[in-house]
Amino acid sequence: MSLALIAALPFLGALLPGLMIRAGKNACAAISGMVTALALLLLGLNAPAVLRGEVVQTRIEWMPALGLNAHFMLDGLGLLFAGLILGIGLLIILYARFYLSKSDPMGQFYTYLMLFQGAMVGIVLSDNILLLLIFWELTSLSSFLLIGFWKHLPEGRQGARMALAVTGGGGLALIAGMLILGNIVGSYDLSVILENKEAIQASAWYLPALILILLGCFTKSAQFPFHFWLPHAMAAPTPVSAYLHSATMVKAGLFLMARMWPVLAGTPEWFYIVATTGLITMVMAAKIALFKDDLKALLAFSTISHLGLITMLLGFGTAEAAAVAVFHIINHATFKAALFMSAGIIDHEAHTRDLKRLGGLRTLMPITFAISTLAALSMAGIPPLNGFLSKELMLEEAAHTVWYGNPWIMGVAATVGALLSVAYSFRFIAHTFLGPVRDDYPSKPHDPGIGLYAAPAFLVVLVLLIGFAPMASAAWLVNAATGAVTGEAVSVKITHWHGLAAPALWMSLAAIGGGLMLLGSHAFWMRIWDAVPRPEAKAMFDAVLGGVAQASRAITDTLHDGAISRYLGIGTITIAAASYWAFDTGTHLAGTRPLMPVSAVPALGWLALVLATLAIMIFHRNRLLTLVLVGIIGLMISVMFAYFSAPDLALTQISVEVVTVILMLLALNFLPKRTPVESGIPRRTWDMAVAITAGAGIAALSYMLMTRDFAFPTIAEYHVANSKPEGGGTNIVNVILVDFRGYDTFGEITVLGIAALVIFALTEALLRAGPANDRLLAWRSDQRQAGDRHPMMLVVATRLILPIALMVGVFIFLRGHNQPGGGFIAGLVVAIALIMQYMASGFAWTASRQRVDYHGIIAAGVLIASATGIGSWFAGLPFMTTGFNYFHLPPLEEFELATAAIFDLGVFLTVLGAVMLSLASLSRIALRAGETVNVQPFDIDPSVDRTLDSEEAR
Amino acid sequence: MEALVASALGLLTAAGTYLMLRLRTFPMIVGLTLLSYAVNVFIFAAGRLVTGMPPIITKDAIGYADPLPQALVLTAIVISFGMTAVIVMMALGAFLEAGDDRADMTEGDGQADKPSGGGGAP
Repeated sequence: MSLALIAALPFLGALLPGLMIRAGKNACAAISGMVTALALLLLGLNAPAVLRGEVVQTRIEWMPALGLNAHFMLDGLGLLFAGLILGIGLLIILYARFYLSKSDPMGQFYTYLMLFQGAMVGIVLSDNILLLLIFWELTSLSSFLLIGFWKHLPEGRQGARMALAVTGGGGLALIAGMLILGNIVGSYDLSVILENKEAIQASAWYLPALILILLGCFTKSAQFPFHFWLPHAMAAPTPVSAYLHSATMVKAGLFLMARMWPVLAGTPEWFYIVATTGLITMVMAAKIALFKDDLKALLAFSTISHLGLITMLLGFGTAEAAAVAVFHIINHATFKAALFMSAGIIDHEAHTRDLKRLGGLRTLMPITFAISTLAALSMAGIPPLNGFLSKELMLEEAAHTVWYGNPWIMGVAATVGALLSVAYSFRFIAHTFLGPVRDDYPSKPHDPGIGLYAAPAFLVVLVLLIGFAPMASAAWLVNAATGAVTGEAVSVKITHWHGLAAPALWMSLAAIGGGLMLLGSHAFWMRIWDAVPRPEAKAMFDAVLGGVAQASRAITDTLHDGAISRYLGIGTITIAAASYWAFDTGTHLAGTRPLMPVSAVPALGWLALVLATLAIMIFHRNRLLTLVLVGIIGLMISVMFAYFSAPDLALTQISVEVVTVILMLLALNFLPKRTPVESGIPRRTWDMAVAITAGAGIAALSYMLMTRDFAFPTIAEYHVANSKPEGGGTNIVNVILVDFRGYDTFGEITVLGIAALVIFALTEALLRAGPANDRLLAWRSDQRQAGDRHPMMLVVATRLILPIALMVGVFIFLRGHNQPGGGFIAGLVVAIALIMQYMASGFAWTASRQRVDYHGIIAAGVLIASATGIGSWFAGLPFMTTGFNYFHLPPLEEFELATAAIFDLGVFLTVLGAVMLSLASLSRIALRAGETVNVQPFDIDPSVDRTLDSEEAR
Repeated sequence: MEALVASALGLLTAAGTYLMLRLRTFPMIVGLTLLSYAVNVFIFAAGRLVTGMPPIITKDAIGYADPLPQALVLTAIVISFGMTAVIVMMALGAFLEAGDDRADMTEGDGQADKPSGGGGAP
């Protein structure tokens, strides 16, 4: 459990900063730090076992049928990375507390940071590649939020978008590659995959899988030619840059290469792709870094260069090179995080990080100077610092590597990379801190408080510690991690002195000497750099993306031109054509089911329906008449349900029909009463042809269906047989609704409730200030008004009917379990009873005389229904199991009580609330349009026998 | 009798489709209502047609109509009311916002973020 908890803690912790920010920034940072520290502690508890060479595992079956399991494992590599992620994360949390300004939403920042941290920890602890992919995508998403944290800066937004596009695109390739790998091995568990090197490398799919996986790794780790997103991600706040680009995001690609090293490495393909890419990236980025004036841009390209170095080492495919790669991962994380934080401090204090405007800070910021210088010297590879140790080892490995039959090219190129790295590292020191003190800094720089420099200072202590005592401080971790990468026990020897015979010594000396000379002539080279045109990655990226966007817009505009009738036409024809094709290519015999005889009364009903439908086609421009005809059709359909043994459907249909027509009438009040003639004869003929095709298809399909017996035994038998013994009711339809398929019904009433709330929200939006509201205020009725708005006859009749109608509703509700009826129908009946009051006396008059509001009814309905379902848990039964019993209470006859009735009550309330809320929303629109509220229930005062004047009626 | 039901279904579908292809929102809503009828009856008919055998358990019943399509259609009827109500409100809202009840987008509707600039009175 503990590994899953380590991965889950940052995610859980992500909930806290947003809440704790109310208690102040310190509380917000402290809670994030505590969660991270707790995760680090849990990791530390597992460390002894891992260092003994064990692999700690936590296995949670999630979806075993898909091979997707929440399996976690912790080996040396995972320990190294998780330690870096959580440890540097802790430092970043401290640093960010003091770095962010008052106006930055700090709660949001820590939430994003924790999400990102959780995703990263998830990647390095996953023992299931599908799970790993999920975390991988999560890092892309959360880093998008972090890079674009300063939403007001266009560079921030563009940088975030570019990072997401590149790493997200790589992530897609990675998914494909991983799935291929999983299919070769037959398992998605990493620990199984890692044991199948032969099967994978022998497979014909090895190369495609390798390329796809490397695409994912290279985009994430900013390898050439995908490196361009990283410098643009520098628009992020510095704590983000320090975190993402020293220890985490960009290291994810390296991690994955190291993780898959046992099964993917060792082939010529791996060597040439990975080592070459790494080498090119290292040299190219180091060269660019030398010419960047922005401190963070310099560090960004130096990061790319060092990532290239590590990639190259992994590409060599030897255990020794892998050990150096692991060692350099540690060293790079320490000095690069410290350098990013120092650059942030300089920016924070001097208000610029442009090397052209800096210089001479040595005396003004001595502490920052000391920290930066030590870290930069380590980056340059100056003995005895830790950067020197791993760089020396790297040069040694490169010197012994043969590239395409050429024994020296690797060594030379690596030396050039190291030389450039010396040059830009010294430039960082020299152009920031050395030289004369200037008097034109944007802000007078001085050392910050300990809050800002504590984190980089701690890292520099690590730089010194590893530098002076590598065997004591780092070798054990390198051994454990390398052992996990290569699969065999490794024992590295890290020393400062390899002897005069070691080529690395001379390569190092050449690099340092050459680097210093290069820096000395920097102004000269800078002029050349500025004079020579070079490809601008952002412009190319924008052009490609712009082209893609334009192409998709062109396709969308053609296919999706805004004419809905067109899409519907295309859809209908496509469905008809596909259906015809299916029919035409299948075999077909006439139906054998005996037909029912036609009798006179149903035939008359059919005639009424057909005539009404034809009349709608002809008179559809007269909208009021259309509604009357729709009513006729609905009535005939409900009669048809009754005739064909579906009493529940008949009751539901007829009550829904009433409410629907009332609703549409209310809406029609504000809509034009006629549909104008707009389409010509050809268009109408075409539409008619489409419609007849669809109609003929449905008619033929339903006829064929009805004239055949069931091809398979239906599940109706089960419901019929178990309705009474299991569900305790004789109305099978109702038992299905509240019991057998109660979960579906629960979903459906929820949807109904949501629909009503959507209507309410739409109304709210319409009644806000805007064109709709203006139109309503200026609305004049285009119909003649009745002189007697609230006729006394109607008022009296509805008053009399109300209790009776309510009684009918209760009756239908109660008998529903055994006879036609139930919550749906009862809800509609009661709604109609209430609507009659509205029709008689007006909405506002009636509404002011009732105490409950409809939102509450809907909520109560859904809650009662879910509470009934949950109730069965307490009886130890699955969700929504009905209990019922029979009771005898003299003088009543024996009766039944079932929990299903309570569920049905929830259905009843939701239906009632939803119908009433929809109609009430339309009434609110009418009120805004100038409908008056009457104070009397009707317009005629019978006591004085006169019509109330308009003043009284209001 | 099956032929009558099938023909009525076909007619409802044709009328519904024709109205859905009109250019104004109100006929489209009516068309959708007719299509809902057709779909509900179609699902119901998938349980085959029988008379005089309601799915209510009694001692002397000779058989029962298939209760499952009935249960499905019952909730479908109620849900289609909810959906109809939503699109009626949307159509009304669109009419009040835009000043006409055209369903198709016309030139310039794509730039919806810009204020509509008054428009004519309804």
